[in-house]
Amino acid sequence: MRRRDFIYLSGLGASAMLLPDLKAFGKPIDPAHALDGGIDVKAKKELADVALNTAKSKGATYADIRIGRYLNQFVVTRENKVLNVANTESFGVGIRVIVNGCWGFAAGNVVTKDGVAKTAERAVAVAKANVIVGGAPVQLAPQKGYGEVSWKTPIEKNAFEVPIKEKVDLLLNANSIAMQGGANFVNSNLFMVNEQKYFASTDGSYIDQDIHRIYPAFNVTRIDSSQGSFETRRSLSSPVGMGYEYLTPLDREKVGGVTTRYKQRYDMLEDIKAAAQQAAEKIKAKSVDPGKYDMVLDPSHLWLTIHESVGHPTELDRVLGYEANFAGTSFLTLDKWKSGNFNFGSKQVNIVADKTQVGSLGAVGYDDEGVKCKKWDLIKDGILVNYQAIRDQAHIIGLKESQGCCYSQSWQDVQFQRMPNVSLQPGKTPLSVDDMIKNVEKGIYIIGDGSFSIDQQRYNFQFGGQLFYEIKDGKIAGMLNDVAYQANTREFWNSCAQVCDERDYRLGGAFNDGKGQPSQSSAVSHGSSTTLFKGVNVINTKRKIG
Amino acid sequence: MPILSKEEAQAILKKVLIYSKAEECEVSLNGSEGGNIRYALNAVSTAGDISTMGLAVTSVYGKKAGTATIDEFDDAALERVVRRSEELAQLAPPNPEYMPMLGPQTFAESITYNANTAAMTPNSRAEMVAKSLGVTKEAKLTAAGFLENSTGFSAIMNSKGLFAYSKGSDVTFSVTTRNEEGTASGYAARGFTDVSKLDTLSATKAAAGKATGSVGAKAIEPGKYTVILEPVAATYMLENMFRFDARSAEEGRSFLSKKGGGTRLGEQLVDEKVTIYSDPFNPELPSGTWGGDGLPREKTVWIDKGVLKNLSYSRYWADKKGVKPLPGPANIIMEGGDATIEDMIKSTEKGILVSRLWYIRMVDPQSLLLTGLTRDGLFYIENGKIKFPIKNFRFNESPVIMLNNVEALGKPERSISVESYRSYLIPPMKIKEFTFTSLSDAV
Repeated sequence: MRRRDFIYLSGLGASAMLLPDLKAFGKPIDPAHALDGGIDVKAKKELADVALNTAKSKGATYADIRIGRYLNQFVVTRENKVLNVANTESFGVGIRVIVNGCWGFAAGNVVTKDGVAKTAERAVAVAKANVIVGGAPVQLAPQKGYGEVSWKTPIEKNAFEVPIKEKVDLLLNANSIAMQGGANFVNSNLFMVNEQKYFASTDGSYIDQDIHRIYPAFNVTRIDSSQGSFETRRSLSSPVGMGYEYLTPLDREKVGGVTTRYKQRYDMLEDIKAAAQQAAEKIKAKSVDPGKYDMVLDPSHLWLTIHESVGHPTELDRVLGYEANFAGTSFLTLDKWKSGNFNFGSKQVNIVADKTQVGSLGAVGYDDEGVKCKKWDLIKDGILVNYQAIRDQAHIIGLKESQGCCYSQSWQDVQFQRMPNVSLQPGKTPLSVDDMIKNVEKGIYIIGDGSFSIDQQRYNFQFGGQLFYEIKDGKIAGMLNDVAYQANTREFWNSCAQVCDERDYRLGGAFNDGKGQPSQSSAVSHGSSTTLFKGVNVINTKRKIG
Repeated sequence: MPILSKEEAQAILKKVLIYSKAEECEVSLNGSEGGNIRYALNAVSTAGDISTMGLAVTSVYGKKAGTATIDEFDDAALERVVRRSEELAQLAPPNPEYMPMLGPQTFAESITYNANTAAMTPNSRAEMVAKSLGVTKEAKLTAAGFLENSTGFSAIMNSKGLFAYSKGSDVTFSVTTRNEEGTASGYAARGFTDVSKLDTLSATKAAAGKATGSVGAKAIEPGKYTVILEPVAATYMLENMFRFDARSAEEGRSFLSKKGGGTRLGEQLVDEKVTIYSDPFNPELPSGTWGGDGLPREKTVWIDKGVLKNLSYSRYWADKKGVKPLPGPANIIMEGGDATIEDMIKSTEKGILVSRLWYIRMVDPQSLLLTGLTRDGLFYIENGKIKFPIKNFRFNESPVIMLNNVEALGKPERSISVESYRSYLIPPMKIKEFTFTSLSDAV
């Protein structure tokens, strides 16, 4: 463990230790405090002006400030116990400057005029220190100031206003259903996020945003102690850019089939009942015969494959080498994009980047360097046509403005290029999942995401899942276990044969996409309809120890 | 200055406790300052300087606990945070697993603080990076790297008389060097308590050597091979098994669970050459001497000559099972042997030298089967010699199986895993029948 993490965790109370990653989310507060408005916009503007003027007076040619209040609430349970209810708040400022063509950044939690001025001075000092290292000067794409503007996630019910008791009751009720259904163990939790972000820059933007996200999840475990074996089944929920309304089930938002899946509303009680039964089925399921299979991939699974094999390699910072020391680079090098005919996938593959999609994790009004958000093509009819860029990269791919992909996880981390929502577009020809399966002779249908791993240039990947069903001669023939598929990104997307239509389109996503040094988390969604890939290599993952 | 002395921290904590009216109260105070510099394409990409301090109060009534925090330190603010935590505790659902706070404990002073590291500045960081870039410019390689230092303190006091204080420092450096064609890559990472031990120049030379040696990598067939894992590669695999948790083992959902019930405690889990322990006073990799549960940390042997010797028990689980609580590992040291990497290569008829691994994920928690890839230097060995660089592989292997297949161990080195950002003392090791399952074109 890094010393810094240890220092922080060791000082927290025993209850906080139940959340090992609490440090990343800020400091505990009481729930009522989360509903305080924080400091008002007028005061934020005054603080921002102090910081920007200080930076300019010390030699900065550009400066921006983010005044951030980051609120989180966690409710953590197992079986019939509430293990923790935590409310955290993190409040402070991050100031970024350019001096002599070099970036500098400083952050602090003294949010007074004097405090932000000192932080601005530290940012300038950091930039000046870096001049000795040299390198090409920063080149920012032009960005007009928007003046004073605001944006808010379109939510129906603020999750922070819902009483803790209602959340605890939901989770304990779900746990009880799982235990009655034969589960040996069950963990469930709710995780809610509210980012109150104020951005101002020397370009003349003053942007106030209120962003909401929510993630309900559970994990059910069944044990067969006579065999010394156990299996788990995780929830088929998704983290979403919504309010508490996500937890009010609606029949029209359900997708039927071998198990129910969910669109814009989630039914936790229904899903956990199915999970308890399916975990037991997994213990008895047939171990897969390795070989080539046609894969029918549900959106609750495919989102992660899209994330890793399309989202990451089209990040321009990776393509250019900025992530070489950590996340890696990309096989989608600039020459492939410049050629205008690099065949990423089959003609069925149309993939868009979109920071405006309602209900998604990536949707905001403006990014963390004050650029209005938008939607654009990444892969068009199978051809690579674009990347994901921010202001200091736009010129490299001939853009006159940024694509608005800049994000920082908190006021104390520097903002940099992060993935927008990246989604596979539904097929244009009407096609249901049942019709797709009817034409598969030897296949595997995967629902839910499991283990995932991909190389640093995004060629070779391996994915597991939650539920695996064997398809024989157009029919589902029962559950399989120990399945993982291995493929090369380009071969895999070229084996894409069919995409179901928009009726099946759903979003999956992650709260915790990691990138950068120090590592930062970002929340991102990926949409798709069920998709068929032909002739994919499947391995058996069963091993014996002792 | 957010780094308070023991006496300064103690004075604030005492003052806060006077305001408490709860049955139990715990106050903690933490501060840290540090900075980082990140570079890529031979220039600085980001750099920052961060300093914070905060105080947290946990009040308890019965089994109901509430925590509130503040980053202001005047008397009114301190009283306010205590009242707020008490209100929260009254509102909280009871936690059946809550354990009463501990009374006074004896903690040895840790050796985790270093004044040289605490004194680092934006300028000293930039100078260390400039040295690294000097190497790669001369070798016509492109460098991307990261240097980060942090110094912090932590103090805790409760209404039953427990008080603990510690401070610590840490600096880490990592660099990836690539050739212009993008056909070869090398890596090095170093971590220390004392920055004066950090030589960014020699670390960058080591990374550059891996990159230049990797030009012209050939593809060979995946399969089972004898591998020589450098310490950083072994670290990435092994850190996934350093969870010696009694509860999950006894519940039947761990690789340490036994068929038919119970745990594998006392069993020969891995090869007898393997001994793994924790020790807060290891000079190369010190750790704190107390944990968040208020218990002292002492040297603990987890695996002794291959036998599973200890499992960690939380205070709650220990109480339930009628055993002594034992904190989990705060650092990990694996004992080594006397073989050098050169010796291991010489004794290998056909095998692979692995510099580093990447993107490791659990495939099956029951067998601890992991998947991931090699990265930044993979070399084919034949008849005791490195023959040529080879293209990267994906592997599917369990660290438990791996440690049953140990042929030789070298001298342990402090190694950082960027998968977890944790450091370990791990030896290089020669392992037979390591399973590679497919080829990767990644460089």
